Amino acid sequence: MSSSGQGKGSGVLDSEERERFEQLVLPHLDAAFNLARWLLRGRADAEDVAQEAMLRAYRFFNGFHGGDARAWLLQIVRNTCYTWLEKNRPMETKTEFDEELHSQPASNPESLAIASDNRERLTRALETLPARFREVLVLRELEGCSYKEIAAITAIPIGTVMSALSRARQRLQQVLTQGAPQEASREL
Amino acid sequence: MSCEHSHTVLHGYLDGELDAARASEFERHLESCPDCLAALEAQETLRSALQRAQLYETAPVALRRKIRASLPAAVPDAFGLRWRFMRWVALAVTAFLVAFVGWRMVSNFNDKNQYQAEEMIDAHLRSLQSGHLTDVTSTDQHTVKPWFNGKLDFSPPVRDFANDGFPLQGGRLDVLHGRTVAALVYGRRKHVVNVFVWPASERDVAPRSGSQLGYQWVDWRKGGMEFCAISDTPVSDLDQLQRLIAQ
Repeated sequence: MSSSGQGKGSGVLDSEERERFEQLVLPHLDAAFNLARWLLRGRADAEDVAQEAMLRAYRFFNGFHGGDARAWLLQIVRNTCYTWLEKNRPMETKTEFDEELHSQPASNPESLAIASDNRERLTRALETLPARFREVLVLRELEGCSYKEIAAITAIPIGTVMSALSRARQRLQQVLTQGAPQEASREL
Repeated sequence: MSCEHSHTVLHGYLDGELDAARASEFERHLESCPDCLAALEAQETLRSALQRAQLYETAPVALRRKIRASLPAAVPDAFGLRWRFMRWVALAVTAFLVAFVGWRMVSNFNDKNQYQAEEMIDAHLRSLQSGHLTDVTSTDQHTVKPWFNGKLDFSPPVRDFANDGFPLQGGRLDVLHGRTVAALVYGRRKHVVNVFVWPASERDVAPRSGSQLGYQWVDWRKGGMEFCAISDTPVSDLDQLQRLIAQ
C-alpha cells in the first residue's frame, strides 16, 4: 500500500475490476464515513468528503495491489479530509500543533469514570482535541486498527504510533477531568 | 524502567502491542510502581467509557446508494471472450484440485478436532469438581498474571472483563495434549468459562466454534498463542468473550 499507488489512476475500470472494487472497498464505507465525521466534526461534511474519497479510490483502484483494503481506503479518506480542511477551514490545520502537555494528568480513576460516563461529553472532549490526536484515537478505539494499520493510514512511522496514542489519550483525559477548555472554533 | 518511559509503554501494553519480553518487563515494573498502576487503571476506565458510549457513526443508507450510482460505468472487457473461456477452464481445474486436497485434509483435521474437543471437555469437567477450579483465586489481573511467572514457558494474556459481564475468577495450570497450559477462569452469570491458552507456532486462525455433550467451545489462534474458551453458556457468550480477549 504505497502512496504512489494513488498517483496513477486511469479512472476506467472494466466490469470485473468494478466488481472487485464493490467487493473489497465499498464495504468499508462506514469506516470511511466514521473517520471523516470525526476529522471534520460533522455528518454533512463527512458525507460529501466520504463520497469524494470513494470516487478517488475508484479512480486509483488500478494502483491497489491487494493487501488491506480498509487501510488503503482510509489513507485516501484522510488525505481527502485534510485537503478539504485546508481549503475550507485553514485555521484548523494550522493552529493545532501545540502538542506539548504541560503536566501529566492526575490519574484519578473515580473522577475520570464520572467525567467520561456521558456520550455528549466524550464527543465534545474528542472534538476539542487537535485532529492529529483525534485521528489516532478514532482509528484505535473506534475502528480497532493495529499500530501497523494506523502507521499506514496516517503516514507516521510505526515507532511513533504508541507515543502519539499516549499523548492523545493523556490529552483526552485532561480535557475530561479538568472541564472543557474553550472549544476549538467550528464553522458548522 | 523510568516512569516517564512507562507512561508511553503503558499504552503499548494496554493495546496489546508489546512483544512478550517488553510486556513482562512492564508487568514487573507495575508491581513496584503505584503511579503506573493507577495510570493504567485510568486508561482502562477511559477505554471502556469510549466503548460504552458507542461513538462509531455509520454512513447513511442514502450515501451508499448515491456513491454506487455515481461510480463511472464500467467499460467492456478488452480481452474478450476467448480469454474468459480459458479462465473458466483454469478455474475448473483448480477447483477440482483444491476440493481433492481439501477433502483429504478435512478428514484428517476432523479426527484431530474430535479428539481435541473431548480432551477439552474433560479438562473443563475436571476443573468443576470442588477445589480444582483455580490455583490462584483473584479477580485482579495483576495478581493472576504474575502467578503464572516461572510456572510456564510463556506468558498468557490475562485481563479482567468484569465490566463486560465476564469477571475474572482466577487461573490454574492444566494439561492438554500432553503439555502444560494456562487455564483462565471467568464467570458468566452462574456459569464458569475456562479459557485454555498455550503457545502455537502456526499462523493465526479465525475463531471456530463447536459443541458436544451440551458444552460449547470457541477456539482461535492469534499472535503466537492458541486459545480455547469452553463452557455450558450459549455460544454467543463465548463469541463475546473471544472478541474481548482478541481485542
